[in-house]
Amino acid sequence: MKNTQIELQIKVPNQTRYLSLIGRISEELAKQLQNYTGDREALANHINVVLTEALVNAIRHANANDPDEEVEIRITVTDEELLLQVFDHGRGFNLESISATAEDSQHELEDHGRGLYIMRSLMDSVEYYPVEGGNVLEMRKQFR
Amino acid sequence: MNLKLEDNGQVVLVQVKEERLDAHNSEHLKQELGRLFEEGKTRVVVDLKEVRFIDSSGLGALVSGFKNASSRQAGLKLSSLQSQVKSMFELTRLHRVFDIYTTVDEAIEAF
Repeated sequence: MKNTQIELQIKVPNQTRYLSLIGRISEELAKQLQNYTGDREALANHINVVLTEALVNAIRHANANDPDEEVEIRITVTDEELLLQVFDHGRGFNLESISATAEDSQHELEDHGRGLYIMRSLMDSVEYYPVEGGNVLEMRKQFR
Repeated sequence: MNLKLEDNGQVVLVQVKEERLDAHNSEHLKQELGRLFEEGKTRVVVDLKEVRFIDSSGLGALVSGFKNASSRQAGLKLSSLQSQVKSMFELTRLHRVFDIYTTVDEAIEAF
């Protein structure tokens, strides 16, 4: 059974100026994760990075840079895993279309498209699917 | 974004005076690097000593500068990467693309 230890819900305007606030909150949270046996400083940076990437996708692609929109971030910590969710209220986007993977040397020098690759590399799973009133980008990391 | 530029006539040193280089502020760095190479500067060092966090947009701004330099026979070198920033270069394999130095002096001497 999954016992929820921490659940955080944050709503911010659809503006990139809030990235650093969310980054700081997520880093502080990562340092509190008792069940994570790995390097917590590295994990804190990874969570900061993946949440930043997910938020930028929501702000720019899903919510089309509309400053009057908002994005919602939900961080859930259970005994077994960390769940990060970023909700948008937009038309959504094709997750694959924003990716020009760094795995492929042909794309090594693209200016854009590393976000999804970074999220997939640092988390165990990344999914994007429609929910009522918008979409959610969901990332999970197991504590092993 | 807070950038400090020093031009000694040989090399332009661009110091990024920000803790984060992300989607919120990296466009400014991209524009500034573009402007320097358009003006004909051929040797640019970007000092990342104060940057503790970089995302894909920050990396993209530096890649844009690198391509701009390469297309004009100019050079862009990076210096003083903090460990978390260095790990993002390694994750995206961009450490193989850029010339990265431990200090500003080493980067300047390498031209």
